[in-house]
Order: sequence, then C-alpha cells, then structure tokens
Amino acid sequence: MSSFWSGWVLILTLSCLALIVYLLLSTWKVQRKDTTEETVGHDFDGIQEYDNPMPMWWIGLFVGTLIFSAIYLILYPGIWPGKFDGILGWSSTAELKAAQLKHSRRYQPIFEQYTATSIEDLQENPKALAMGKRIFLNNCAPCHSSDAGGTFGFPDLTDHDWLWGGSPEEIKQSVLHGRIGQMPAWGMALDGADIRNVSAWVRSLSGLTVNANAIEMEQGKALYSKTCAVCHDIEGKGNKLLGAPNLTDDIWLYGSSQPLVEYTVRKGRTGVMPPWNEVLGPEKVHLVSAYVYGLSNEPSIESSTTESSVEEKTNK
Amino acid sequence: MLNHEILEKNIGLMVVAVVFAISFGGLVEIVPLFKLKETTEPVADLKPYTALQLEGRDVYIREGCVGCHSQMIRPLRAEVERYGHYSVAGESVYDYPFLWGSKRTGPDLARVGKRYSNEWHRAHLFNPRDVVPASIMPAYPHLSENPLNGSLTLKKMAALRTLGVPYTDEDIASASAEVQGKTDMDALIAYLQGLGTTITQKR
Repeated sequence: MSSFWSGWVLILTLSCLALIVYLLLSTWKVQRKDTTEETVGHDFDGIQEYDNPMPMWWIGLFVGTLIFSAIYLILYPGIWPGKFDGILGWSSTAELKAAQLKHSRRYQPIFEQYTATSIEDLQENPKALAMGKRIFLNNCAPCHSSDAGGTFGFPDLTDHDWLWGGSPEEIKQSVLHGRIGQMPAWGMALDGADIRNVSAWVRSLSGLTVNANAIEMEQGKALYSKTCAVCHDIEGKGNKLLGAPNLTDDIWLYGSSQPLVEYTVRKGRTGVMPPWNEVLGPEKVHLVSAYVYGLSNEPSIESSTTESSVEEKTNK
Repeated sequence: MLNHEILEKNIGLMVVAVVFAISFGGLVEIVPLFKLKETTEPVADLKPYTALQLEGRDVYIREGCVGCHSQMIRPLRAEVERYGHYSVAGESVYDYPFLWGSKRTGPDLARVGKRYSNEWHRAHLFNPRDVVPASIMPAYPHLSENPLNGSLTLKKMAALRTLGVPYTDEDIASASAEVQGKTDMDALIAYLQGLGTTITQKR
C-alpha cells in the first residue's frame, strides 16, 4: 500500500476515533449529574422524556468499545497499513501457514512412515487403508463412486480389470499423473454398414449374441483387424500401454448393447483421469493407491464391502 | 443545553451528518482498494475468459449456480486442504461482476477447473445422481439441448474491453466462430474447466 493510502487510513481512523471521544466528552460535560423530574421538552403524542443522565452501564460500554479499538489497533494490523502491522504481527496467511505447519508436524511423520512402506505391505495396515479410503471418498468418489464401483464411463476399481494396469506401481502412476484414454471417432472413415458389422464382431468377442450373418461377421472381423487391432490387440485383449480396454471380457465401460457399441465406434470416447500429484501430494497419492489396490487384492480386509458392491452390481 | 435539537429538527442537516458519520468506514475500508496493486492488478498469466467461457459464465449466472456454490477459498487450513490454494484478489480482476458468492450448499468451485474431466461434468450436470448418488444438486439436462445464443458475444466482449479486460481485436473477431454450434452445456463446462487454473500451486 502506498504511503498516501496508508496515511489516508491512519488519519481517517484517528479522526473518527477522536470525533467519537469528543462527542462523548462534550455531551458528558453538559450532562446534569442527578436524576430529575424535568423533561427535555419533546412531546410526541403525549409521550415525554425526562432529562436524565445516560445510564452508567451504557457509558461504560461506549468507553469499553473505544478501549477495545485502541487495544485492537495496537495488536492487529489496521491503523497504518503497510507501516505498522500490529505488535502481534498477525496476518491471515501467516495464521494459515502456522496451522499448516502444526498439522504437518503432527501428521507428516505418519505420512512418511506410510509412504516408506510398499503398497503391498500397507495392505496389512488397516489404519493406513482407512486413511486411503477417506482420501478416496473426498477426491475420487465423484467419478468412481463411493464404493469404487464406477459408473458409465468411469471405471469400476473393484473388478480386477485394469485399463492401465493393476500393479501397485501402475495404479500409483495413474493417480499421480493421470491418464487419457482416447478412442478415435470412426464415424467419418467408416459407413453405417461397416460400423454395424465391426460392432457386431466386437460384441461377439466377449460371447454376446449378435444379430449378424456370417458374411457380415466376416466383414466386421476384417475391418477389426485393419482398424481396431492396432490398439485393442488382434484377439481383443486390449493394450495397457494405451489404456485400450480388453474387449473379450464382460466389462463394458460404455455399454455393451449394439447401439452403444456402434455409438462408441462412430463418435469415439475420451476417458480422462486427472493428475492428482499436485492436488494431493505424493504421500496421499501413495495412501489412496494402497486403498485402491486393496479393493481388488486384499479380500481379507475389505471383503465385506467389496462383496456387497459386487452383489449390487449383479442385481442392477 | 439542547442544541442537538438543531440536528434533530432539520432532516436535511441530519442526512448530511449521517452520511458524514458512516462514510468513515467506506472511506477507510473500501476506497483504498480501488487503488491497491493487490486488488487491481491481475495475477501473473491471468487470461481473460475466451468467448466460450464468457458465455458459460453467463449460463452460470443465469442458472443461479452462485446461489449454492461460492468461488472463494478462504485462507483456512481445512479449506486449502480441500479446495487448493486460497483465492487471491488478482484472480478476479477480469470478473464483472465477481461470483465469489457467500452460500455453500454445494462445494466451493474457485478451483474446480481441470479437477474432473469434461465427460464427468457433462454427466454430472445432466443428472448429478448419475455420478454422485447422494447429491442434492438439481439436474440441468436442458443445457445439452439449448444451442448457445452467441448473438451478443461480440458486444459483451467489447463492453468488457471498455472496463479494462484486455481483449484484442483478434479475440473479438474470432468470438463468433468460437461459440458457433456450441450448446449451453459446452460453454458452462469450458467456463468451469478454467476456474482457478491460473495459480498452478495447488496447496
């Protein structure tokens, strides 16, 4: 703040306080000391007012506010911004930093201890997994659901099927740096019959019954080998390096019906996992990765919730 | 000694005195902010809203999002932990009016940009319950169907330029093309995905 505006605040604040003190003193001086039967002379619809002195408790409160202001302006920034910031040196950002420091003194050793433990070993530590679960619920559940069961377009993390790999390192990579899974749109390159046939072939890979004859299936298969196999593998097993899903299982991120598969082929799909390293920091990423890994790898600890969520999914 | 009657019986004089008495607060607490570097200068790398984001901002205002979502992360540990770096005044210098809000029925959105994918926002705005079963947010499926009305985009940008938002002639010239064929949903998501992304420090 420039000297002009600092001075502006200083002068206005002081003159405001001075005026209040003056008001108090000047009325105090002319005030009678005792109660009286005399009225001040007003008459509002027959209601008159005794010319009594202000009650002492009220004067006391008024003086109290002045004393409070004086003490406040000495302790805290306000009276002369930029030049005098109060003898406590208080600022909202310093208060935040202090709170963060206090917090990290208490929790950083715990985080460090957990971060130094491998994700596999953390599976034996229910406290670490409980922390991971809370981090998951606060940050990951909006997309992956609070039971980690996913939803349309957002992967189920409990089903042992991994687009980008399910090893501890791969999971941690996904959380740290995010992933972008890009299925290109084929609507411009392929005509309607092509899309129908290739979708039928793709659906048949996982044993779904398809409404297509042998010739159409043959065409679909040929088209698949030419265009889709690059990412999804010639047998449809997918490719973890590209996040290309396995097409031979019964897990369908974007639906398995003929119209939905055709839609996916025609319009493409973009699956984005945002990066969390900056937001959460490496320690929390480690813990949440441990929790996610545990969802499908440590049935002894999370068994009850995992099983119930699987049941729910089958019921749907 | 009853000379306060002069004040009490002359309402015009009373008004002047009242204005004088209460103007101290505003003069001390508000007026210096008009001239303060911290409140008038943009933070480093702050970009004005693109044409699409600007229209999305107006969708945000029209749909009343500010009634439930604040855009103001206070410098408190729990808030910084949850939402990211506290909001600073320099991030809002191109906002006319700012949408800091004061009601948090839903979460603060000051740094929601890039936190979730576009597809998530699409699904969530279409029907929040599809992705967050416990959500009480209203559904906004009509946003996907409403074609964006871009007829005033140019004028909005020109008006903002007179207020000091540094739009170039090229920005304004390409505005129509940018909002062409978009829906309200596209615009709103573009706006949301830009929120709070200028400050890259997340904590």
